[in-house]
Amino acid sequence: MTLTTEQQTPSGGPSSRPALAHGVLPRWAPWAVLGGAVLASAALSVTAGLNAALFAVVAAVLTGGGLYAWSASVEGTRRATDRLVTVVVSSAFLLALVPLVSVLWTVLGYGLERFDLEFFTYSMRGIVGEGGGIYHALMGTLIITGLATLLSVPIGLLAAVYLVEYGKGRLARAITFFVDVMTGIPSIVAGLFAFALFALFFGPGVRMGVVGAVALSVLMIPVVVRSTEEMLKLVPNELREASLALGVPKWRTIVKVVIPTSIAGIATGVTLAIARVIGETAPLLITVGITTGTNLNPFDGRMASLPVFAYYSYVAPGVPRDPYLDRAWAAALTLILIVMVLNLLARLISRLFAPKTGR
Amino acid sequence: MATRIDVSDLDIYYGDFLAVEKVSMTIEPSSVTALIGPSGCGKSTFLRSLNRMHEVIPGARVEGKVVVDGQDLYGANVDPVTVRRQIGMVFQRPNPFPTMSIHENVAAGMRLNSKRMPKSELDDVVERSLRGANLWNEVKDRLNKPGSSLSGGQQQRLCIARAIAVKPQVLLMDEPASALDPISTLAIEDLIDELKKDYTIVIVTHNMQQAARISDRTGFFNIAGTGKPGKLIEMDDTATIFSTPSIKATEDYISGRFG
Repeated sequence: MTLTTEQQTPSGGPSSRPALAHGVLPRWAPWAVLGGAVLASAALSVTAGLNAALFAVVAAVLTGGGLYAWSASVEGTRRATDRLVTVVVSSAFLLALVPLVSVLWTVLGYGLERFDLEFFTYSMRGIVGEGGGIYHALMGTLIITGLATLLSVPIGLLAAVYLVEYGKGRLARAITFFVDVMTGIPSIVAGLFAFALFALFFGPGVRMGVVGAVALSVLMIPVVVRSTEEMLKLVPNELREASLALGVPKWRTIVKVVIPTSIAGIATGVTLAIARVIGETAPLLITVGITTGTNLNPFDGRMASLPVFAYYSYVAPGVPRDPYLDRAWAAALTLILIVMVLNLLARLISRLFAPKTGR
Repeated sequence: MATRIDVSDLDIYYGDFLAVEKVSMTIEPSSVTALIGPSGCGKSTFLRSLNRMHEVIPGARVEGKVVVDGQDLYGANVDPVTVRRQIGMVFQRPNPFPTMSIHENVAAGMRLNSKRMPKSELDDVVERSLRGANLWNEVKDRLNKPGSSLSGGQQQRLCIARAIAVKPQVLLMDEPASALDPISTLAIEDLIDELKKDYTIVIVTHNMQQAARISDRTGFFNIAGTGKPGKLIEMDDTATIFSTPSIKATEDYISGRFG
């Protein structure tokens, strides 16, 4: 074995010490390069016939390359690399935005057609063709998701408290492992599990809202456990010690100090978990089915839900087709709005509950 | 009112690791006892074993006896929660509860235990404790502001107020002034001097001048080397320890000579 060492010799005497100041590109440089690149690729697309995607790629590559070359010649390679990476990161961000904006645009475009009062106050009972609404599906979604939340939050919260405050050794490690496994369960498997579970008690082919709620809670519990666990871990140990040193029993310390300190994060996690499962279609398709009438009792028979409603309206429209498709889009829009409201709610909750510093 | 603590042959373990070996000392009532020594020699561990707070760390256990007014702290039927209600503790870094106001922080000992008491009585306790901690005049107009809005020194005095609000018999302090500026330190030291009328105080400090200023008796802990257990080398009246210690290691440590 031979070791080769490269001797780094200083490239000059003390007189060639690098200058602290160096050239700087003007502030408008990135925008100018971007404009040039867009113009160049526009010219290319006219001559060579590029499509929109190719146009964007060529513009991005030209911007990055051009800015790098210009910056390298004026500012040196370190700043040039910084500018290149900025271009790459910005492009990735824009690329990530494309599907989001596209989905919102499409759903808004098609969904606003039927986004009216009748849509939210009527069910589909006896409706053929135009008219009708999603009252039954909206209520079904709210009831099933609410029930799933009621099932998941206590289990998830208590499991997280166990893992952070009490659990050690093999049991805790096993629970952590299985929670991780549960996070990866495909939603259809959760649906089949709930379906099979209730078939044991009620016979095959049973369809009720509560079965769907159980399926959704299988998907929700690991998310709640994970987020709550992380939040509880963030509570400084000093606070637990301060409480214990006052002669407060451990369970009161957890209930009155640890959980209130992290309640903002926990509530945010729960809200995001709800947003995650409210759009699930596959498990509800199996476990709850669909109806045209309003059924507010999750323990009795089929219920409608927004994702399943949208799905059926789209794959099996009646004649004429258009009213069914319009309703499907409007239902999808409603679902997106609910998720958006839930996310805003999560932010509001974390702001309201966050420990106050109040200087 | 104040309490005497007798420690005999106390060994403290973390799992299999012996952290503190064979400590015997008597802590006199209504006095300040200072524990000094290099980092890692087990002062804090020993202090925490006096109100069974070290048990919070998994695997920690003790052998030996700690007798408080005739009762063994580590007796078979002793509940650590009851022990901690009688032996309060103040930590190195101020740790007010961030979700609670100043008032709620001081009342935490009662509130967290859901002890029912009329509002006026609770207010009295809060005022008395804050006065006892020399903080009342600074915060009386903003009792409903969060505890974390105070400065570091005020927060530490808030923590002391919180500890004395539950009327413990002993107050353990783990480097209570090490994160504070000299002026806040002075305020805490003055406070300790007043508190010793009513409480038995044990304080761990790295600051030998502080030990000399405020304590009546001083214990010197030392450690033979890494991985070895810490030991109580010498304990005597503070004046004696700082003038004519009987053991060479103590003298070396106090005068800044080592080895």
